[in-house]
Formats: sequence, C-alpha cells, structure tokens
Amino acid sequence: MKSALTLDETRQMFLYVAKNIIAIQDLLGEADRAIGDGDHGVGMARGFEAVEAKLNSGSFNGLDELFKVIGISLLTTMGGASGAIFGTWFRGGSKNLAAQMIFDSEHLAWFLNDGLQAVQERGKAKVGDKTMVDVLAPAAAVAIEMANQPLETSLNQILVAAEKGMESTKQMVATLGRAKSLGERSLGHPDPGAVSTCYILKFMRDAVIQAELIPPDRA
Amino acid sequence: MKKGKKFLNSSKQIVSETLDGLVFAYGGKVHRLGSANVIVLNQMRPGKVGLLVGGGSGHEPLFPGFVGKNLASGAVAGNIFAAPTPDQILLATKAVNCGQGVLYLYGNYAGDNLNFDLGAEMAADEGIETKTVRIWDDVASAPLDCITDRRGIAGDVFVIKVAGGVAAEVGDLDEVYRVTCKARDNTRSMGVAAAAGTFPETGLPTFDLPDDEIEIGLGLHGEQGVSRSKLLPADVVTDQMLERILSDLPYVEGDEVCLLINNLGSTTMTELLIINRRVHEVLNQSGITIHDTLIGAFCTSQEMAGFSISLMKLDDELKKYYDMPVESFALVKGAIS
Repeated sequence: MKSALTLDETRQMFLYVAKNIIAIQDLLGEADRAIGDGDHGVGMARGFEAVEAKLNSGSFNGLDELFKVIGISLLTTMGGASGAIFGTWFRGGSKNLAAQMIFDSEHLAWFLNDGLQAVQERGKAKVGDKTMVDVLAPAAAVAIEMANQPLETSLNQILVAAEKGMESTKQMVATLGRAKSLGERSLGHPDPGAVSTCYILKFMRDAVIQAELIPPDRA
Repeated sequence: MKKGKKFLNSSKQIVSETLDGLVFAYGGKVHRLGSANVIVLNQMRPGKVGLLVGGGSGHEPLFPGFVGKNLASGAVAGNIFAAPTPDQILLATKAVNCGQGVLYLYGNYAGDNLNFDLGAEMAADEGIETKTVRIWDDVASAPLDCITDRRGIAGDVFVIKVAGGVAAEVGDLDEVYRVTCKARDNTRSMGVAAAAGTFPETGLPTFDLPDDEIEIGLGLHGEQGVSRSKLLPADVVTDQMLERILSDLPYVEGDEVCLLINNLGSTTMTELLIINRRVHEVLNQSGITIHDTLIGAFCTSQEMAGFSISLMKLDDELKKYYDMPVESFALVKGAIS
C-alpha cells in the first residue's frame, strides 16, 4: 500500500487526474446541462488540457509550486465561475506546502483544508448551497482525521465522504451561481462542480492505487 | 437529440476567430491584444477613465461589439457562455487604463463577478484603481428586494451607452461610476424564449423547451423564467412582459424612457416590429414618452428564438450622455436632438 508519493509521483498523479477528467468531459457536460448550460465538461477539459501541458513541460521545486501551477492553469484557461473556483482550490491549497517534496496524508489534509478555506472566501458558498463545497468540506474534514494514515487509506475514506457529499447535493436547491435561478428545478440533480470535485478525488485515489503502474517518466 | 447546424471551423477556435472577424469589421479602429481575447480601441485619450466591458462569448455583438467612440474602451471575452479569465481581465485593464482608473461594467453572473473581482485584485497589485458596476436589469430573475441577485441582459446596451458617454466627458472614476450606477438603476428588462439556441462546441440545445411552448423570463443561458405557456399572440406576450417591467421600477405617467426591443438570436424583424408597435401603443396609453427606440440583435444567445424588452428611464443627466453620438460595430448613432 502506498503511504506517500514523491514530488514526481505527485506530478504523475495529477497527469492521471487530468487525462481522466478530459476523458469524462461528456459526462460532466451532461451533469451541467441538467441544471446549467452544459459548458462545464468542455471547461474542465480545457482546464485540464492546460494542466497536462504544464505538468509535462515544467519542473517543480516543491508541492506548492506544483499545486500553484495547476491552479493558475485552471484559473487562466477555464473561465466561468468554475475556473475561478477550481483554480482557487489548487492555488489556495498550496499555502502550507512550500518546498514540500513528499505528498502524504498530512499534506493532503493541508491541501484540502487550505483549498476549502480559499474557495469559501472567494465564492461565499457554505455547506448546503449545492456547490463543490458540499464535497470539498466533508473531504477536508475526513482528511484531518486521517492525517496519520497511509495516503491510500486516507484517500479511500475521503472518497467515501466526497461521494456522500456529492449525493447530498441532489436533495438541495441551488442558491448560488447560475443554477440558483432554476430553483426547485435543480432538485434531483447533483451539482456539476460537486461531481467534478468528486472525480478529481477519485482519480487521485485511483492513481495512488496504481502508482506502481505509472511509468517513471511519461514526459 | 437534434443538433445545431453551424458554419464553424475548429470548436476550440470559435472565440478567437470571432474576435478576428470583429477586428476586421471595425476597419482599423480597434485591435486585439496579441492572442488574448481582448479588443481595445486604437486611440485612447490620456486622462480618460477606461471603460472595460466583458463577459462570456456567444452573445455577439455583446460585449466586444460595443467598443467604440463614446462607448467602451475595451472588451474582454470569455469562452462561449463562460466568464473571461482574470489574467485576460488584467491585460485588458492595463490596456485601457489611461491613468484615471478603469470602470468594470458587466452582467451580474457568478462567474463574471468572481473573475472580474480576481482581475480587480490583480490590477490593484499593479497600482491600477478599478470600480465595478454589475448590471442586473432582468426583472424575471429575482424579486425586487433581491435586486442584486438579478441577471444582466439586454439592458446592458443602455448602461454601456451612458457609461461610454460619461467616460468620454468626465475624467473622474467616481463620477463615471456614479452616473453608470444611475443608468443601471433606471433600467429594467424582460425576455421571452420560443426556442433554445445550441451550444456551438457540442451542437446541443442550451435548454429544453417543448416545440409548442414559450417561457417568459427565461434567461440567456436557459435560466428559469416566470411562466411557461402555449404560444400566445404577440400583443398578449408583450402586455404580460410590460406589466412586469413597468410595475418594477416603476415607470409611470410623465416618465421619459429609451426603449430597446432586442432579438435573442433568430426572431425575425417582422416579429420585432409587431412587438415594437404594441410597446409604443401601451406606453403612449400610459403617458410614458419614448425618447429613442432601438430594435435589433444586440444581446443574443446563439440562435435562440425570442426577444427582450428593455426600458431606461431618463433624467437630464442620463439623457445628455445617452444622446451622444456613438460609433461601434454593434451601434452607430448620430447625436440625438
């Protein structure tokens, strides 16, 4: 079982996340079409294509640089509310990871909690508003509890909480963003940002499980 | 599902190619900032407040078509229906800043608010002062006591026209902000949809509406409106929309207004003129004077069928700035006397 990743393995984990987010863009687009205008999948794919390019070409001196590059790539290519929010998650999540070379459960907890704080300051969403915060907040809380566990164990538990959070958005009426104007019509559908957040965490977990399978240098 | 049929090249190049086409249409009066999705005036007067408009693409000619003489100094375009990114907002801010600061003017949507706020923070880091006016003219999108939750739709045109006028005359950001807020606060709009446009990147409709139904108040991106019904005669729909618009500000006997009948994409001029006829009849009966009428496609949502009605109530100050001559891709108008 993987207990932690090196900096380069972390980079490869996010390359795996990027590749798989791009691959499910139609699914994300459908989730958005149900309660938004359907551009979320295209936007996420555009953002993670930029992430892929940056991670393949750049060199990084710490987790903070890696997360910042991911955040700025999303912020500057996605556009829309989701670009600002997902970009802020990664940028904000880098706050306490300066020069860190190992990605373990404690660093994961910093990433999720600092990221959550930055997202909430930027977007003003609380739990229950039918946003990605409904996934990120429970994931961040579990990450603190699991901070001493091997990375694979904590990501498994975080994913359970994240999926529960995503499911919970189906029962919520949107109060922020474009979906709020749908009112009751948004009931029964998960929030697209919550779906994406859940998949990012899932692909991080899947990458860690398969870490041995990742070729040493795909660049 | 029926897919839209569109003349496009690469789906990734839609915004870029649209802006290039727009720059050519301007015949040398504007330029693009490199490969950024930003259009700015070639000639900017020192000492002038920069007026930066922007928002998601796909609503052409909004916003980049309103860069021009006595209108916006620059526009920043996002991807289709998605707010522009903060780095591009910063680039545009620097390009339109002539030393007196920059007014951001855009429709009130979560994505635009987040990204323009990020852009404003980055501009402040570089010593550029900005102020923001968010346009929230759509009366169907939230009750009056939650006016700051309302969306910006075609009323943008009136607010940009006044803001452009005052920015051309007054080199003070606070003053440009004050008058622009007044224009926004006197503007109300409402739309009706008969059919969805399609998302150019996927060809899929932006919302689902049965073939024989219309929805009053439906937003530019399919946001829920106030009522759905079978297709109704033009006068009935117009009366329903005017009732809500007029009672909201309210616009009353003795008021003087500007009127905009906006085509959301594929509604015919035939229909728009029939609607305009009815609006004039109703306003005349209500004792409201129409100072100026604009009819056309100013704020669209691809090939969405439908129209919106916007009114801006004038006072002497708003009238002075509204009446200034303008020259842009979307709007060319001599001085109104």
